[in-house]
Amino acid sequence: MTLPSITPLRPAVASARKPQIAFDRVSLDLGGKTILDTVNLDVAPGEFLCIIGASGCGKTTALRLAAGLYQPTSGRVTFDGVAMTAPRRDIAIVFQDYGKALLPWRTAIGNVSLALETAGVPKPQRADRIEELLVKVGLPFHGDKYPAEMSGGMQQRLQIARCLAQEPKVLLMDEPFGALDAMTRQSLQDEVLELVRASGVTVIFVTHDLEEAIYLGDRVIGLLPHPGRVGIQCAIDLARPRDQLTTREQPQFLALRRQLFDFIKASEA
Amino acid sequence: MPHWLKPLVLPVALIVLFEAWARATDLQSDSLAPPSAIGRALIEALGSGELWIATRDTLASTLAGLLIGSAIGLMLGIALGLSSGFNRLMDVTIEAIRPIPSIALLPIALIAFGFGYRMEIVIVAFACIWPMLILSRAAIGGIEPRLLEVARLLRLTSADRVRKIVIPAALPRIFVAFRLAAGIALIVAVTCEIAINPIGLGASIMAAQQALRADLMLAYLIWIGAIGFALNAGLLLAQNSLFGRAALAEIAR
Repeated sequence: MTLPSITPLRPAVASARKPQIAFDRVSLDLGGKTILDTVNLDVAPGEFLCIIGASGCGKTTALRLAAGLYQPTSGRVTFDGVAMTAPRRDIAIVFQDYGKALLPWRTAIGNVSLALETAGVPKPQRADRIEELLVKVGLPFHGDKYPAEMSGGMQQRLQIARCLAQEPKVLLMDEPFGALDAMTRQSLQDEVLELVRASGVTVIFVTHDLEEAIYLGDRVIGLLPHPGRVGIQCAIDLARPRDQLTTREQPQFLALRRQLFDFIKASEA
Repeated sequence: MPHWLKPLVLPVALIVLFEAWARATDLQSDSLAPPSAIGRALIEALGSGELWIATRDTLASTLAGLLIGSAIGLMLGIALGLSSGFNRLMDVTIEAIRPIPSIALLPIALIAFGFGYRMEIVIVAFACIWPMLILSRAAIGGIEPRLLEVARLLRLTSADRVRKIVIPAALPRIFVAFRLAAGIALIVAVTCEIAINPIGLGASIMAAQQALRADLMLAYLIWIGAIGFALNAGLLLAQNSLFGRAALAEIAR
């Protein structure tokens, strides 16, 4: 059964424009093991790309390459056509383990401030900017709290606020909602979609939750494990804005879910 | 029974039992005295002024040595923790000097500085360097790697990385090292005084022993214990107020 909405090829939107982030025959060996093998991947500006795959398929590694935290063994990763040799301030990464990524000795305000301090924003301008960001991620009136005094969902919101303070062109998200309960996860999914819509930022979103990938993405890429390589690409043509109930009930959504589920199952076999 | 009462039952019972035994056997000893006699000797010493001078001398040497030794240990520990090259360079040297018991330096310190504060401070400082150095080095090495990654991603300068990430992240553990060093400082100071230095509470204990005043000797012993307890309690209080809510959460984790 083939549905017209599922195109295994690269969607028109990505090929029409110059890619913002491009993986050009990227391979990475770590500790004598090939983690990623000849990965080609273009991400268009403003695209929301989701990466799925069985555990050990190198999806987090791919994200770290895009962040400039790793350098490929062969091939190259480019940002706006320039090779990535180090992390950049206009590429922000949201980690899954928010508890470790936040500075426990700084309040919410202090944590967001860190990004502004390093970007050289003068002190008098910081307070307003921080307030604005905390409102944006749904944390008004929590500025004086320490991370340890916040729930998991609030801490992840805070980490997103700190990333937004970098005014990123690309937002990399590494299973950001994996540790949160289902209700919090759904509201954060919708909030991230709204933030992305408003700012036009490019997103690469790694998740192991297939429904989350379909719900959020313009495109979903599935990686095959050992070594990691691209195994499937699906364009997601579901209408936006998406809705937690109706979007997830559409036949297209269900067909995509089935297709990706089969892919993961086959890749694990 | 109130919850604070329970832990007191055993020590109080032991004291009462000891008192009863001492009275029943009409204890005559050069090393033991009934609790009531120790209590009387302590009150007498507290009123005499001599105990306060000895306390001042011991605390002055302890704190001066602690501050000097900790400062040296901390600076070395941070440098070693940050630079693996420096760490390798210093490794053999440190491991060769560290096992020397600080008290073994007494004869050298005595020749170099004579009796008094200075030799005691030097020996206390030497003893305090090592726990501070080893633990602050470990504290730097134990910083959450994710935080250092955040520093990389935000492109912090090296100075900002140390100032804004490394030091604050290691500080709670460094303070624990300081509390440990404080305990060692008091032990070494009193040992110095018992062994050779004619000042402070250690010398007072020796004087009481030579005067065959077991009650006074034990009174001094209890007083030293109380000072050690107060020192640690004071530092715990300082730790909680210095680091506030964030540190409390950090330590509880």
